[in-house]
This record gives sequence, C-alpha cells and structure tokens, in this order.
Amino acid sequence: MKRVFGQIFGVVLLAGLFSHAALAQTADPTAAANAYVNAPHNWQMWFPEAGSPMQEKIDWLMKYVLWIMAGIVAFVGGLMVYVMLRFNARANKTPALFTHNTLVEVIWIVIPTLLLAVIIVPSISLIYYEADDSNPYMTIDAVGHQWYWEYKYESTPGLDYTSYMIPDDKLQPGDIRRLTVDHPIVVPVGKKIKFNISSTDVLHGFYLPSLGVQRYAIPGTVVTSWTIIPKVGTYYGECNQICGVNHDAMPIEIKAVSMDDYLAWVKVAQANYVMNSFAPNLLSSPMPVNQFADLAVVK
Amino acid sequence: MSSTTHDDHNTHAAHDAHGEHGHAKPSFVRRWLMSTNHKDIGTLYITSAVIGGCVGGILSMIMRAQLMYPHNHIVSSGTEWNAIITAHGLIMIFWMVMPALIGGFGNWFVPMMIGAPDMAFPRLNNMSFWFLVMGFIFVMLGLLIGDGTGAGWTIYPPLDNAKFSPGIATDFSLFSLHLAGISSLLGAINFIATILNMRAPGMTMHKMPLFCWAILVTAFLLLLAIPVLAGAVTMLIMDRNFGTSFFEPSGGGDPVLFQHLFWFFGHPEVYIMILPAFGIISHVVSTFSKKPVFGYLGMAYAMVIIGFVGFVVWAHHMFISGISTDSRIYFEVATLVIAVPTGIKIFSWIATMWGGSIEFKTPMLWAIGFIFLFVIGGATGVVLANAGLDQELHNDYFLIAHFHYVLSLGAVFAIFAGFYYWIGKMSGHPYPEFWGKVHFWTTFVGVNLTFFPQHFLGLAGMPRRYPDYPDAFAGWNFVSSVGAMISGASTAVFFYILYRIFTSKEKLADNYWGEGATTLEWAVPSPAPHHTFEDVPVIQ
Ligand code: HEM
Ligand SMILES: [Cu+2]
Ligand SMILES: [Cu+2]
Repeated sequence: MKRVFGQIFGVVLLAGLFSHAALAQTADPTAAANAYVNAPHNWQMWFPEAGSPMQEKIDWLMKYVLWIMAGIVAFVGGLMVYVMLRFNARANKTPALFTHNTLVEVIWIVIPTLLLAVIIVPSISLIYYEADDSNPYMTIDAVGHQWYWEYKYESTPGLDYTSYMIPDDKLQPGDIRRLTVDHPIVVPVGKKIKFNISSTDVLHGFYLPSLGVQRYAIPGTVVTSWTIIPKVGTYYGECNQICGVNHDAMPIEIKAVSMDDYLAWVKVAQANYVMNSFAPNLLSSPMPVNQFADLAVVK
Repeated sequence: MSSTTHDDHNTHAAHDAHGEHGHAKPSFVRRWLMSTNHKDIGTLYITSAVIGGCVGGILSMIMRAQLMYPHNHIVSSGTEWNAIITAHGLIMIFWMVMPALIGGFGNWFVPMMIGAPDMAFPRLNNMSFWFLVMGFIFVMLGLLIGDGTGAGWTIYPPLDNAKFSPGIATDFSLFSLHLAGISSLLGAINFIATILNMRAPGMTMHKMPLFCWAILVTAFLLLLAIPVLAGAVTMLIMDRNFGTSFFEPSGGGDPVLFQHLFWFFGHPEVYIMILPAFGIISHVVSTFSKKPVFGYLGMAYAMVIIGFVGFVVWAHHMFISGISTDSRIYFEVATLVIAVPTGIKIFSWIATMWGGSIEFKTPMLWAIGFIFLFVIGGATGVVLANAGLDQELHNDYFLIAHFHYVLSLGAVFAIFAGFYYWIGKMSGHPYPEFWGKVHFWTTFVGVNLTFFPQHFLGLAGMPRRYPDYPDAFAGWNFVSSVGAMISGASTAVFFYILYRIFTSKEKLADNYWGEGATTLEWAVPSPAPHHTFEDVPVIQ
C-alpha cells in the first residue's frame, strides 16, 4: 500500500508540473484533487480504497459475506479431503452401504438456511441505503453516448459538457492510460450528489468502483444513483455495459474538491465551455474529432 | 423380424434398420445422415460438441492472447473483438455444453438407463440434431460475415438493432438462436415423452437413475424457457427488419423489457447447463465410492426445486437496470433460496463418498474437481445475489469468474467426468488411465490459474468485454492468460487420448467399473449394441 501511494504521489507531482498547461494561466481550480488519486494499481486483490460511505458499506458487507462463504468453502473442502484420506480404497476396503441419515439431512437444510438469514438482514439494509437518493445537494445528468459521456449540471444553467478519454497518443505525464479524460466531473466534497443516468443511443454502464456506484445508462429512461465523496481527490470509473466498438474507451473521471474550488471551477467552466475555448485536447482516431460539437448545445 | 412394427411408410428403411442386428451394415450416409438410433444420434451430438468446443476454445485463446498485455494488437479492432466474444459465448453454451450433456450423454444413456429400446420419437430426434447443425452454420456466419455480431451473447438491444448493427451478420446470429432453440425444444419433448412413457416394467419414477431425473427436469426447463427466448428473439428480428419497436424507446418500446425476457430464459438456461452435470456427478461419485447414492429422493427433488425456483429469480441479472428497490429485495431473496437445494446436492455427494471405498480413477478425479470448484462458483454466486454487492460487481471480472467457475470448471468438468466414465461403453475400448490423469491435472491447474485471478481483477474494477484496459490490470491478466494457455495445451492431451481410444485393440467387459456401477447401461455389452435391449428388461 505504502509503495503504491508513494508512486501515486510522484505521479501527482509530475502531473501538477506538466499537465493541463492551458489552464495553468488561470490556475486550475481542481488542482487540489491531484493530491489523492484513487486509481486501480497492479496486482490489486481487493476493492479500491473506499471513496464514499456507500463503498465503505459495500466493502464491509462484501467482507462479511465472503468470510461466511470462505467458511463454507473451507468446510466443504475440509470434508472432501477428510473423505478422500479416510475412505479411499486403501484405507477402507469394504464400503458401508447406508443411504440415509435423517439428522444430517435436516442439519444441512437448517444451517444453510440460517446462514442465508444472517446474510439477508444486513444485505437488505444496504439495498435500502443504496436506493435512498433523496435530498441531494445537487444533481448531475450523466448521459452515455457512443463513445463518450456528457455531463449536465442541473442546478447550473449552461453547464453541459462532454467528456472524452484521452487517447493513448495524447497522454500527458501523470495521465492514466484508459482512465484519464479531458473534462472530468467536478463535485464539491462532502455533499450528496445525485446522478440521473441515461443514454441517447445504446446501453452504457455508469460504473464508479471506488464509490460503489453502478447503473445502466438506458435510452428512453432515467436511472438514478448517488454518492458523497468526503475526501478531496480524483476518482475513476468506466463504461461497464457493452456499447459497441469503443466500449473500453469511455472512462469516467471525477474530481472532488472543496466548495470554494468547486465554485471557482463552475465559473471557469461556464465561461470556457460556453465560449468553446477550453484547451482543445484534440483526439486522434479512433475517437471522433469533433468533441466540442456537443458543447455548443447550451440549454 | 417383421418390417411392420414401427415404420409403415418406408418398409425398406425398416428392413435395413432391422438388418443392423449384425447382418448388413447400413451405408455411411444412411447410418449418420438419416440416423434414428439414439446412440448414433448421441455420437453425432458429442462429435458436434467437440467441434463446437474447439471453435469456441480457439476464440477464447484469441481473447486471452489479446488480454495478455495491455495495449495489445492481436485483435485488430473493437468490432472484431465484439464479434469474437459474442460467438465465444453463444457457441460454448449452445454448441458445446448443451449438445454434450443433453443431446450427447442424454441420448446415449437415458433410454438405456430406463430400459427403453430407443427414444420415443426417433425421427424427431434426428431432426433436432440437424437443426443444431444448421444453427451452428448460422452462428458461424454471424461471426464471419461483414463486421460480425457484436452485442455479446446476451444480445441486448439497442446495440443489436438495425441502426447500431446494420449488417446481416446479426440476423444470422439471431436466427441461429431460433434454430438451436427449435433443436432443444424438440429434444426436450422427446426426452419428456421417453422418460414418462417408455420406462421398463418396474422402473418407477422413484427408481429412475438420477441422470434421468436430471434430464427430465432439464427438459421441462427447456420446454418453458426456450419459447420465451424465441419470442424475444423474434421481436428483435421484427425490430431490425420490419420496423416494429418492441424494444425501441422512440417508438414506445423498452430495452429493459428485452432484458426481462432474455433472463426469464437465461437463468433457467444456466440450470439447463448444470442439472445434467449434477446427474452425471451422482453416478460417478456413487460408482467410484462403491456405494449407492446418499439421499436419492432428496437428490431428485432438490433438482425439481432448483428447476422451479430457477424460474422466479431472473432479475438478479438486472439489479442495476433500474428495477425498483422492492424488486431488488425480492430477487435477492429468491436467488439465495436456491443455495439450499444446491447445498443438499453438494452434501449428499460427500455423504455418498463417506464410508465408501473410493477409487481415484479419472472420472472420479473430474467429479471431485467438479464438486469443489462448483462450491467456489456457488459461493461467488451467493455473493452476487446480494443486490447491494452486485451494484459493485455486476459486469466486472468477478462475475466472469463466477460463471466460469460454474461452467468452465463445473459443467465442463462434468462433461469430462461423463466422457471418461462412459467412453468404454460407447466405444468398447478403454481410455489410457495415465493420460486421463494428465489431462485432468493440466486442465485443473490451467483453468484455476485462468479464472481465479479474475476475481481480483473484478474486485479491482475491471469491466468485462474490454479488448484493452488500464495498465493497472496487467498483472493478473497476464497470469490469467498463462493459465488459458495451459488449459489450451491440455486439450492436446485430450486429442491424444481420443486417438489412443480409437486405435486401441483392447476390449472391455460389460461392467468394466465393477460393483459400484449399478445402472442398466452396465448390464449390456461394451460397446452397447445397436439395439440395446433385445428383450424388455424387468426391474425388481
Ligand atoms: C448458488 C447458485 C448460484 C447463484 C446464487 C448464482 C447467482 C448469480 C447472479 C446473482 C448472477 C448475476 C450477476 C450479475 O449479472 O451481476 C449470476 C450470473 C451468472 N451465473 Fe450464476 N449463480 C449460481 C449458480 C450458477 C450456475 C450453476 C451457473 C451455470 C452453470 C451460473 C451461471 C451464470 C452465468 C452464465 C452468469 C452470467 C450471465 C451473464 O451476464 O453473461 N450460475 N449468477
Ligand atoms: Cu460501453
Ligand atoms: Cu441467473
């Protein structure tokens, strides 16, 4: 873990020095989010570090269920090893012929049922928790397109922009290949953010593993989810429902910043996005080049 | 030897069929292209499963080669990638696992085990098989023509509608499902008729071997599930070609409706693939423990319960499709309930071994491997059934690991258990024991190395159906690909074993497994004669 954070820290330093040169003139209001980057690391064996209370709860329940399951697998595995050692043809020449034992048959129905009950109780409360998207501080529409995301801030008129993956040949030092995007979602820390997830073409998946959020983006309907990010930092996600040729090339990046930075960013973004003058991060094939076409559509 | 017994349209054919008692050999064409014999048709099914497995396997090797390193270029484009993953899923399910377990072993051994002379409708049986072959041609066209079919085996619209998948390839793939579906449906009707009507005197339902129970339940699942798939696929074809909008939001349709229909078929489908495997495992475990199956009735009715409950859990595949909170809770609880009858099966197998005198012949190795790995797959299934956890795990590699543990390490292990168990009965020749064990161990190491690390990838957040991925996922992907290559190499061992079997001069006794093997197929010679029972067997 330490080593990984060390690496991330180094990367972040570099990122701060070199990236987003265009914004450097105005000082990037989201720069603080570079201090903590929650991205997957090589040989990772568990969930990402929880970036939201929801992910904390998922992490907890996962450990809880998985321990019970590990117990069952170990128990069955142990039984099988015992049976193989004790009752192999060499150790036991004459087979017994019993075919019934009411007691064990009842036990192996009752105990699994109890274990399921033990799982179901906390599991259902997690479902209710995840479903509670009431009283958000703000709502962001996340709209899937082939193959980019569009983010529309419902409470900020005119703030409606597209978010493309940085293609491999345009990566800046500090960018993460296949995860960094040109225009991330920016949110204030500690506030409840609701996502209205939908699509204009095919199904997409709005998937943020470190925040515990995932919903399909479905044309013709809006599916909601929500998050709270307590810690300033950068979080990543991916499209997680097959959506065509570039399904693997429409990641999601979220920067959580302080309220002041957020408000500063809104000003910059509003001005820049509306004037279409945001540092053009021109994309090469196979991505479409006219990434700003959507920006002009200010509602 | 009257020729009027069962064929009055074509007395010639009847004559020939009867001639096969050992007198005149039927011509190759007559025997294999117009077969009405359950054993020959079973052999055809098994052969086609081997071919399907090879094609699907080659596709999976291409996929793992592509994923071995990030930013790899084995597969040239996302289009090609999507065509490959789609064909891999479809072929492995409909042209490998199902033909092997149901058409193959089911045809060979269900009539034999219940003491019936053949299937109830021999010509229908032949027709089922050839529909499957046509389906295979169609699914290959769906892979190879133009851009191929790129919507994944779950064929969710709108990605496969006329706008986003304009080529004719997608229509071929959709029709291939119709053809495979008709094949399965006719097969299911045949099995139900055979098992319900053609049991030998004394073979009551409650004496029927568990493999027959398994096929009977499977047949009912097919009978109820396939028509729903057929409906959904027909609606898709209509949307694509005739301007309807069943799943088209702009025309008042709903893409989520398709998901409901698909999984109403799809979840029973996963049990269609595993119940026959359960049946085989029961026979193998009992034979090599030299003990009767523990809790026979519990075993049979556990399958019946799994079949019933399997029809009311489908939306656990749709926890994140925006279904309501109450639906999420209901489908979670219903899904978890299935773990109980599944547990009965696992524990009963262990209890069958308990007190036995276990011999670790190759089929038993596969069966023990099956039980243990299926438990792991079942455990991750229980994890996924938690809607709250599925929100994190859906569609990532944890899910991929889950269903490959129950399929590639479950159903496939059972297929090999059945193969080594029965190949002597089918061919008359023994398999080489040493190489059988080599095959088991190489496969065991290979598939575990392939699929276990995929749990980690899933937890770390790697989505499925990606041809390229962030570099952080490189490590476990590399391990997984190495495992896949070992599994691929183990297939070469399998082909060597096939070669050894078919060139062997050794002859096997009727019951080459000895005291533990008690079902009727062990009472007839090896290989089983063209007409199994000259006299109707009577079961006490
Ligand atoms: C205790 C038994 C099982 C439970 C509780 C269980 C549960 C689940 C759940 C909840 C999912 C959906 C996960 C998601 O989409 O996010 C799933 C997926 C799947 N399961 Fe299972 N499962 C069990 C056994 C099996 C068996 C026996 C098979 C097949 C032999 C199977 C094959 C599959 C397949 C193929 C998928 C993925 C389908 C896809 O999205 O492509 N499962 N399982
Ligand atoms: Cu996608
Ligand atoms: Cu299911």
